[in-house]
Amino acid sequence: MGKVKTIARRTFLIGSAAVAGGVAFGVWRYKTPYANPLLGGLAEGEAALTPYVKIDASGVTLVTPRADKGQGAYHVQAALIAEELDVDLAAVKVDPGPPDRAYWNTALAPEAAAFSAPNEGFVQDALTGVLGTVMKIMGMQITGGSTTVADGFVKLRAAGASARETLKLAASEQLGVAVTELRTEAGRVIAPDGTALAYEELAEAVAGMEPVQDVTLRAPEEWRYIGKPMKRVEMLAKVTGTQDYGIDFEIEDMVHAAVKLSPQQGGTLVSYDAGAALEMRGVSGAYEVSGGVAVVADNTWRAFQAAEAVEAEWGEAAMPANMEAHWAALEASFVADKQDSRVRDDGDVEAALESGEVIEATYRAPYLAHAPMEPVNAVVRVGEGRVDVWTGTQIPRFVQASVAKIAGVSNEDVHVHVLMMGGSFGHRLEDDVVRQAAEVAVQMKGVPVKLTYSRETDMAHDYTRQIAMAKMRGTVKDGRVEAYDLGIAMPSVIVSQMGRQGLSMPGPDSQIVAGAFEQALAIPHHRVTGYRADPLAPVSSWRSVGASSNGFFYNLGLEELIEAAGADPMEERLRLASDPLARKVLEAVAEMSGWNGASLGPRRGRGVAMTRSFGVDCAEVVEVTDTDDGIRIDKVYVAAEVGRVIDPVNFENQVQGGVVFGLGHAMNCEITYDGGIAEQQNFDSFEGMRMNQCPDIIVRGLENGDVVRGVGEPPVPPAAPALAAAIYAATGVRLRQMPFSMFVEFAS
Amino acid sequence: MQLTVDGATHDLDVEGEMPLLWVLRDELGIKGVKYGCGIAACGACTVHIDGEAVRSCQVLAEDVWGAVTTINGLGTPDAMHAVQAAWEEHQVAQCGYCQSGQVMQAAALLAENASPSDSDIDEAMSGNLCRCGTYPRIRAAVKTAAKTLAEG
Ligand code: FES
Ligand code: FES
Repeated sequence: MGKVKTIARRTFLIGSAAVAGGVAFGVWRYKTPYANPLLGGLAEGEAALTPYVKIDASGVTLVTPRADKGQGAYHVQAALIAEELDVDLAAVKVDPGPPDRAYWNTALAPEAAAFSAPNEGFVQDALTGVLGTVMKIMGMQITGGSTTVADGFVKLRAAGASARETLKLAASEQLGVAVTELRTEAGRVIAPDGTALAYEELAEAVAGMEPVQDVTLRAPEEWRYIGKPMKRVEMLAKVTGTQDYGIDFEIEDMVHAAVKLSPQQGGTLVSYDAGAALEMRGVSGAYEVSGGVAVVADNTWRAFQAAEAVEAEWGEAAMPANMEAHWAALEASFVADKQDSRVRDDGDVEAALESGEVIEATYRAPYLAHAPMEPVNAVVRVGEGRVDVWTGTQIPRFVQASVAKIAGVSNEDVHVHVLMMGGSFGHRLEDDVVRQAAEVAVQMKGVPVKLTYSRETDMAHDYTRQIAMAKMRGTVKDGRVEAYDLGIAMPSVIVSQMGRQGLSMPGPDSQIVAGAFEQALAIPHHRVTGYRADPLAPVSSWRSVGASSNGFFYNLGLEELIEAAGADPMEERLRLASDPLARKVLEAVAEMSGWNGASLGPRRGRGVAMTRSFGVDCAEVVEVTDTDDGIRIDKVYVAAEVGRVIDPVNFENQVQGGVVFGLGHAMNCEITYDGGIAEQQNFDSFEGMRMNQCPDIIVRGLENGDVVRGVGEPPVPPAAPALAAAIYAATGVRLRQMPFSMFVEFAS
Repeated sequence: MQLTVDGATHDLDVEGEMPLLWVLRDELGIKGVKYGCGIAACGACTVHIDGEAVRSCQVLAEDVWGAVTTINGLGTPDAMHAVQAAWEEHQVAQCGYCQSGQVMQAAALLAENASPSDSDIDEAMSGNLCRCGTYPRIRAAVKTAAKTLAEG
């Protein structure tokens, strides 16, 4: 299976460095190392590498560079290190680490450049080259795209193993006992006679040593943490109200700010009058910021009230006047000069369409807000020669650069402290709130300014999920799907998102077709074409990105063709499956759900969908009943191929959460803009799924593949199309646009 | 103005129309109570007043009619309430931000109805949004907590 390997030095190099009072173990970046990653961040004498383990007199600290926005990333990373290091997870500290270019997220680059298409060719080479370079230049420390597990699976364990073996070597010298005689347990090296040395006692000795490089990672049979249910390190705090999030951060002399932004998304401020606001209790100032006005007060609520009281005149936002115009812009994008990519082009689609009766349909996916439970917020303090930022962010390096520019200091003088996030779903890949806090803070030197968005501001000024449209054409022959031509049009998410960071992204955008072009199905004549619409509303990465709309389109198109062929949705997918791993995923949900056709009796039905996204094949079967109160979702069966399930409890929780997320938005969520203003600004009009609508969700993780992958995103894309298919089976209503509540009612 | 919160009495000088949520968070520093929507649509701010679950974003400071219990007063990491212990056992939280409201809602439900049916649970909990989608675990944890409480 290739899962147990001696570390290949060519891939990466374990390093260690002396740090104040001890030692750090980690990984050197391969190929072209950036400058010393920790310089400036640590005290004199501390040195350079991407550390995962720090040991000093006070104990062991596991450094977990991938941010945690609720997906258990801290926990998984800590467990991977502990697996080899032999420490008790409850007895160590976990530190998210400084923002640094050396925390290079290796798994994201290949995924972003994912045109590892079924067809080799110059387009693919060009794409991979272009995106790969861009990612490198940005030196991203980004948590997104389910990369946490993939990136860390070997590196973190290797760092733990190297640290362990080096500690044993140091102990061997101190005790005069051969290394092979020593064992490790619970943070101690133990000699045959029972003498035990705690890791912290060895820290100084280890600091001067070459780290042991040739370590063999433990075999799966020896694992104590991986694959076993774990208790998340922060769970106790989260259930007792003692976990602090960004919004809870406090520091001496801090003031509270709120903003009034242009009601239009992306609109500008022409003039304002804060006279009334400044009269209000506790209010101390008003400042112009990007897109609007900030007021400063001594309490969050007072700041909210005062922001409301600001009078302003606003400029126009650059976006179509209404939703009809947004949709019309997409409709007009299916033309040759807007073609962005056609990486999948099997057989002869044109010829096949000429020779059969063509089935056609159009599908739509709306703008969606990220709406994590915790509204975005940031604390910024601009001091003499030093700026501090405290915020929950997935892009600490971009934050650092943005704030440095505003404060007029160099990047190294900006210290970003990443705080626990109350969800993200991609929301915290943007940093407007930090910039606005910094814009106020530079005018209040020395004073920590906390800016908290109201829910309305958070939702109305979210950079939403892309709006998208797809057109399907296809033919069937002899009870089989013969030709499937799918065109997808959307504005480029990556261009919109990176544009806000001042970066231009040349070349085709893989996300326009992600979740469609790379599906593991062998249809004789099969083509997926991406069309890049002109920018409409500004958009950003939303949980599963392009696949969140494209998984819906792709499966629905396939579903309609299978129906036209008179085939069974599960059988035909199994017949078409071109990859044994994907077929096993389908077989798993077929078996779990006891699939024997889409009908489940009168007014009941089920549907199946499968999407490969972020390298994970994930299939779902959704069962519904058409009750007198509306559609009720009864059960969902999910299977996903992830190579290795690190923590089965957290895995199940994340998969269930992804299904709830996918179903909930498909049921009843959209953001619509009228005159540039979002018409949904709070959870009364953007609800998602609630407890009483939540089905039983039965989850299975498959471990047939060699590559370990994260499961944060993959359960989202197949949920909506499986639900649409189930509703069709139960009611005969074919849903081609989200949210489905436009066409059917759901029981509540 | 006087408020009793988690067993302690506080003298406060705040506007009568300041929502209890912000009195708790910003005036008393009780941060376990969370802001999610401000319009009674999410339940993140749920606390108890005289044992009843209320949305603290909707209760004005001047209208608080009894003793307030927050998540921080319900139990502590060393002495958890049965609901919190069940939440820990089932590893309910993902981001965790909604969970203090969920726990408070569930604790009030169980105080009133010692053995809630599935639909009792769904009904009582449906005002509490969880954007991370932890509902299946919440359901299971409520049942575990009910059992623990029944066993005394
Ligand atoms: S903050 Fe009170 S219900 Fe949402
Ligand atoms: S755990 Fe994140 S919102 Fe509920």
